[in-house]
Amino acid sequence: MGLRAGPHRARSPRVTEPSSSVGFTLAGFRRGVRAAMAIAVGLAPFGLVIGMVSDSKGLSLLEAWVMSALVFAGTAQLVALEIWADPAPILGATLACLVINLRMAPMGAALAPILDRLHGIRLWGTLAVLVDNAFALTVAEMRQGRRDGAFLLGAALAMWVNWMVMVTIGHSFGAMVRLPPGHPVFFAATAALLALMVQIWRGPRQDLAPWILAGAVALLVSRGLGLGAPWPVLAGAFAGAALGAAIDRRRKMDAANR
Amino acid sequence: MTLRPDVLAAILGMALATYLCRAGGYALLRATRPPPFVEAMLRHMPGCIFVAFLAPTLAGTGPTGWVAAAVVLATQAAFRRLAVSIAVGVAALWLLQGGA
Repeated sequence: MGLRAGPHRARSPRVTEPSSSVGFTLAGFRRGVRAAMAIAVGLAPFGLVIGMVSDSKGLSLLEAWVMSALVFAGTAQLVALEIWADPAPILGATLACLVINLRMAPMGAALAPILDRLHGIRLWGTLAVLVDNAFALTVAEMRQGRRDGAFLLGAALAMWVNWMVMVTIGHSFGAMVRLPPGHPVFFAATAALLALMVQIWRGPRQDLAPWILAGAVALLVSRGLGLGAPWPVLAGAFAGAALGAAIDRRRKMDAANR
Repeated sequence: MTLRPDVLAAILGMALATYLCRAGGYALLRATRPPPFVEAMLRHMPGCIFVAFLAPTLAGTGPTGWVAAAVVLATQAAFRRLAVSIAVGVAALWLLQGGA
């Protein structure tokens, strides 16, 4: 990796496709870990909240650890904890995860250029820790011509460690901190995704119309129709992507007819 | 440090459902080679997922949240440092809310 390494060199235009077919390198793993460190500050508050809520819902530290380690999906855990009861709501919590994490299905599919090179545990194990922010970092990486599945694994595992530490702190000291729900520190998770969108942006010709439609449809479904997760994000994402694909096809046909 | 069986069962259900979501989309794609239009859609999917995820969230925050969001985007576009953009965005929202 040498000269190409480092998150702040990431936009160098001289990056080329790796010559070998190796799609899973230690260098890629390290680069992924470093990229995740840069947004750790944005993810930390969410882990704190999950730890605090787990504690307030009566989960032991061990139970909070097992849940956060195996599920590793903040929004879904938060919703499941909202409906937590005694005895534990097995069906309700499972359905909450299924519905809210459905947005990850198209993420995995969109990573096909990287995942197609992997097999066995490298493939299905890496998918087990896929999360929104690691996905966004990997897309940015992919669009610079790199195809290293270990980047995704490194970024996701670094976020997992951060997640476990913050859940532990939240569960152990949450009662002392007492941050109100609307506190600006919770904006960090939104800010992390916003900053990552700048990294994913390919320019107005490619992205402007699909992104506007995606946002408009998501707002229409959530505000207009009053539907909750996952419908706004799924409807918006599929509408925007379909528009983008239609525009691409039209341009290709125009170019062919010229 | 207890681990109640009903809690464990709920957690395992959550974990299984989440893994199905994580792996299912790609597994489906790997099993069935999709037509070119679907492949083109997948290239547009990442950005659209995040826009569709953030739009309702930001709509709920009101004008202070929109200004803070714009600050994050501008900072990231200018400096390309994720940690800086996140910190500046949180600080902006804190100031806009009166620094309470």
